[in-house]
Amino acid sequence: MTRRAALVALTLPVLPRVGLGAVLLALAVLAGVIVGETALPLRLVGDVLAVKLWGAERALDPIDAGILWSYRLPRTLVAAACGAGLALSGVVLQALVRNALADPYLLGVSAGAGAGAVSVALLGIGGGAIGLSAGAFGGATAAFVLVALLARAAGGGPAQLVLAGIAGSQLFNALTSFLIAKSANAEQARGLMFWLLGNLSGVRWPDVTMALPVVGAGFLVCLAHVRPLDAFSFGSGAAAALGIAVRRVQLVLIAAVTLMTATLVSLVGSIGFVGLVIPHAVRLLVGPRHARLVPASALAGAIFLIAADIASRVLIPGQVVPIGVVTALVGAPGFALILIRNRRRA
Amino acid sequence: MKIEARDLGWRNIVRGVSCEIRPGETFGLIGPNGSGKSTLLKLLAGLMPRAAGEVRLDDVPLGQLTRRQVAQRIAMVEQFADTGEALSVRDAVELGRTPWLSPLSPFGPEDTRIVDEALAAVDMTGMTKRPWSTLSGGERQRIHIARALAQQPRALILDEPTNHLDIHHQLALLGLVAALPVTVVMALHDLNQAMMCDRLGVMSEGRMVACGAPSDVLTPDTLGRIFRVRAMPMTDPEDGSTLFRFLPMEEPR
Ligand SMILES: Nc1ncnc2c1ncn2[C@@H]1O[C@H](COP(=O)(O)OP(=O)(O)O)[C@@H](O)[C@H]1O
Ligand SMILES: [Mg+2]
Repeated sequence: MTRRAALVALTLPVLPRVGLGAVLLALAVLAGVIVGETALPLRLVGDVLAVKLWGAERALDPIDAGILWSYRLPRTLVAAACGAGLALSGVVLQALVRNALADPYLLGVSAGAGAGAVSVALLGIGGGAIGLSAGAFGGATAAFVLVALLARAAGGGPAQLVLAGIAGSQLFNALTSFLIAKSANAEQARGLMFWLLGNLSGVRWPDVTMALPVVGAGFLVCLAHVRPLDAFSFGSGAAAALGIAVRRVQLVLIAAVTLMTATLVSLVGSIGFVGLVIPHAVRLLVGPRHARLVPASALAGAIFLIAADIASRVLIPGQVVPIGVVTALVGAPGFALILIRNRRRA
Repeated sequence: MKIEARDLGWRNIVRGVSCEIRPGETFGLIGPNGSGKSTLLKLLAGLMPRAAGEVRLDDVPLGQLTRRQVAQRIAMVEQFADTGEALSVRDAVELGRTPWLSPLSPFGPEDTRIVDEALAAVDMTGMTKRPWSTLSGGERQRIHIARALAQQPRALILDEPTNHLDIHHQLALLGLVAALPVTVVMALHDLNQAMMCDRLGVMSEGRMVACGAPSDVLTPDTLGRIFRVRAMPMTDPEDGSTLFRFLPMEEPR
């Protein structure tokens, strides 16, 4: 087969599914844009897009158009990126450490990212969105290394990993609280606490230009590694026997996960349960093979977080519930189901 | 494929093992528990970090090959390999194609045919949709073998492959690997099954203390020294082959 023919053979059968995914995602974004405290008319969406993207001439209600373009759309796009990134992180971590309970939140990576971002925000190192993300990346990496070392020192079993993750999360959350208590004034403290719970209300266009490229790149990295991820099913020894360069693959994938988590936490705070519950739910639908699991989880995560964001806006009229609270309300029961299912399998 | 080990070592668990496994032969590795058989097999497959000594595959040092190139030559079935994923039997065997696939040569009809053949070879054709978690130990073992076959290796390294298998499938497996045109290296526990190998290596405390044809290696003296049993050779009147009956050692007074 020539390269071209191979490429066609590879892409042709998946085109309908890619199309379906794109349509579902577009519908979710549309819902995220028009549903809210002020419901916006569907027509407005087309008009605003025509004006903003193609420079068309339309008469627009400036307030509604402003809400749509400057608040709702960036917020929905970041929610989608966030959901996709967290779900992908869960898929990758669960495959690499072969633990159904692995996700950035439970392994302390999110807490580490939070602590890193807060240090940067409060101690005034760097500053700006890039500085925050870099701080979050440093914190996330530190947390991941610490948790991995602790789990290994404790014997390396699945329970040890989860316990090490809990210890890591507690440590970094405590560090965050300590930093806030020590260096923040009352107003800063309130803002930071609200942000840490997961919050999309401050999202603007610059955040979109951070989140989308990072998650897009992370998605491509995961997609390029679907076979190695499959090969880890029987452990890293079996993956090596199947010709996988285990160290390199682990390093690349964990770097991708850490970068995605750090970026997302620095933008919207730490949002739990998406990385844990979405991959498991998607496995029930498409099975455990990563060629399907990776894209399906990214899509499901994106749609789930858009829905959670809508819920966070409309649940209590006149108030925004932190999105982390919404995902936990849905995710905790889902988590319980995973625990029960795993017990049955063991 | 020829596999040569020169002065192989890993910590003090495998010590200075040198041997040459000839193209196409079935080489059995025997020895008491903890004598280093599993470790030596992993060393031969290049799966142990920081190993001492050298392995050559058809005169090419293993260190000069990428992981993927090694996996195109050697398939390994480890002793304890399990998964919590809800893989189907077919999924698990398809993993064997991993070293031959790339983004530009995706899984195709030829791969499907190879996987089907591997499933047929271990008598699992009718169970391709069964989830891994519902399989018995012996069925899982057969799937591992099928995965290794699907890898189309030039050498097959098997760690106690007859464990968990019922007697029919034990004999079927040994017959299958003996008939394969590839080199086979396997650790075995049943010394009577070891008699079916072309040659045997005997491990004891990390060293290969004997290597040769089964009838030369499995002498009552060796069996007494290494395995601490009294072995009584007997002759099968049907075909004149030698069988062992094992009795506990008499305690020294
Ligand atoms: N990764 C390891 N680290 C430390 N000791 C090991 C490791 N793997 C095996 N061992 C030890 O090496 C010895 C030989 O093990 P193994 O090669 O599995 O023997 P066998 O397969 O002959 O029973 C055992 O005592 C075992 O506990
Ligand atoms: Mg062993």
